[in-house]
Amino acid sequence: MDRLPRWADVALVPLVSLILAFAIAALVILAIGQDPWEAITVMVQGSVMNAYGWGYTLYYATSFMFTGLAVCVAFHASMFNIGGEGQALLGGLGVALACLFVPWPHWSLALIGATASAAAFGAVWAAIPAWLQAKRGSHIVITTIMFNYIAASLLQYLLVNTLKPVGQADPASANFPPATHLPALNDIPLLNLVFTKAVPANVTLFIALAMAVLVWVLLWHTRLGYQIRAFGKSEAGARYAGINPTFVIMVVMLISGGLAGMMAINNVMGEAERLLGNSASGAGFIGIAVALMGRNHPLGVVLAALLFGFLFQGGAELGLWTKIPIEMRIVVQGLVILFTGALDVMVRMLLVRIFALFRPRTMEAA
Amino acid sequence: MDYATFLQMLDSTLRLATPLMLACIAGLYSERAGIFDIGLEGKMLAAAMCAGAAAALSGSVWWGLLAGIGGSLVFAAIHGVTSITFRGNQLISGVALNFLASGLTVLVAQSMFGQGGRTPPLNGPARFQPIALPFAEEARAIPVIGPFYDEVISGHPLPVYAAFAVVALTWWVLYRTRFGLRLRAVGENPAAVDTAGVSVVGLRYAAVMVTGVLCGLAGAYMATALQAGFGKEMTAGRGYIALAALIFAKWRPVAAMWACLLFGFFQALANRPDVVEAVVQVKVPVPFLTALPYVLTVLVLAGFVGKAIPPRAGGEPYVKER
Repeated sequence: MDRLPRWADVALVPLVSLILAFAIAALVILAIGQDPWEAITVMVQGSVMNAYGWGYTLYYATSFMFTGLAVCVAFHASMFNIGGEGQALLGGLGVALACLFVPWPHWSLALIGATASAAAFGAVWAAIPAWLQAKRGSHIVITTIMFNYIAASLLQYLLVNTLKPVGQADPASANFPPATHLPALNDIPLLNLVFTKAVPANVTLFIALAMAVLVWVLLWHTRLGYQIRAFGKSEAGARYAGINPTFVIMVVMLISGGLAGMMAINNVMGEAERLLGNSASGAGFIGIAVALMGRNHPLGVVLAALLFGFLFQGGAELGLWTKIPIEMRIVVQGLVILFTGALDVMVRMLLVRIFALFRPRTMEAA
Repeated sequence: MDYATFLQMLDSTLRLATPLMLACIAGLYSERAGIFDIGLEGKMLAAAMCAGAAAALSGSVWWGLLAGIGGSLVFAAIHGVTSITFRGNQLISGVALNFLASGLTVLVAQSMFGQGGRTPPLNGPARFQPIALPFAEEARAIPVIGPFYDEVISGHPLPVYAAFAVVALTWWVLYRTRFGLRLRAVGENPAAVDTAGVSVVGLRYAAVMVTGVLCGLAGAYMATALQAGFGKEMTAGRGYIALAALIFAKWRPVAAMWACLLFGFFQALANRPDVVEAVVQVKVPVPFLTALPYVLTVLVLAGFVGKAIPPRAGGEPYVKER
């Protein structure tokens, strides 16, 4: 198979995959007797055409940046961390414990404390599958799936039996004290000129962006990042070069789990302001799509997270204003994962054929 | 716990273990041929929706079953094309198909019936009816064994018995037929199978399609026998429990049956926390029982309860020429 030019590999392959995914999604909408054009109009109107819509799009995008970066870091070491969901749930537990049981004087300190706690809880939840992979050879994909379910059960137990205040019916923790409430984008000077209505997007967005930069620095400008990428390319090669596989697997999964756990400061601390049962609400899985779409590069992850934020908010708008159920966004998500992650060889073969069509002509001209 | 309650628990164990068993054996074919399939969940869900819809429209459970298998086969075919023909990442393909099934089932059910993503409730010939085995009534008089025969063995819908037949058949196919030998070989060393002049691609497609048929049966059972119609996310992680059982059983059919019965028993326990409490004298939280299959699977994976070694070529696309 011929090679594609680099620009085509980086930009064109994901773009074509995305177009294919959307084309199939449009066919699905047609098949259920609705109008795809109306659907895309409603989605765009409700998510990116005004500040209020952006407030939601950015809120979702923030969560997806964390989980996307989590998957991305692990991918570089050839680890498929499918447990972002469970790690984010545990991160939520970390946030809740930090917010409920520490008397924070100011939100900024609470943010630092809760972030550390969320990352620690997420990292611990990833550490067990990592250790099992490194030491006992258990497949990380299966163990992280199992840990998603164990996390859900654990949280269900804790919410019903210990964290739920006496006399409350729904399984949720108490409300966090006001000192831990994070400023939303409409509370921040200057930004409040743009975001005039209350939106869920909050300061966590800036932490997510900072994390993207940190991940980039880590992967391409540190010794550890080099070890991670070398290990991901060839475990045997890395071992020969003196890189300790156990160390790399553990560290990369701790970072990955920590990033997924940090997602909880966005939704649990920034939005719900209490811990709910299903706090991660699928963001852990969307992280897979985001990392694939973003070609495992932090910049790509940020852009893909924005795209999925748009899909998520737009999908909610579809559920509100059209006859297309909100589940449409899960379909689009599945299609994007399928085309960008699993059928990328097909897209590449297709592009190689197309490029080959143009090549002889340019040679004749020369 | 008295004997009657115990029999009740075993009875519901059988009913709950059936979809696990079918899905688990489904996964066995695929994984033994070297194709990882974490999309069992999605295929079951698609089958449940198709079966629920077709049974509701036709009023016959057999059309439901057929549609269920058809729906599951479509998903199996996509997985096959992705992971065999285009040599894509099998895990990612499975994840994607689970999402697709989760969304599409609700979308289609909603646009067909407009009942909030459910299919209309089924009754009469649109469901699998319980089958009373011969002499079940008469046998009741025999102490201990009689009630066991009547309560536990007899009185299940057809797919429950079919699931056990599938286990036996799978054992025979896998260990006593040429196809079975080749199937196991293609999961361990596809190059050797290729050298012997047998088509790797053909075998793997056959395995993936068998997976589709069995997942279809599992999903159809969910929608037309265990419950009366399709509901959103009704498989509720059973595809993953089946996957766990498959690993727990170390990819062997008879062991898979026992693993699924065990996990089915846990599900039955989780439905009856009162019984559990009466037996162990301590209040056991329901989430603990729900999590038990997953914890056990992790322990097995970790090699603390015997070592689980997957088929060697699992997850690796086969490239003929280098």
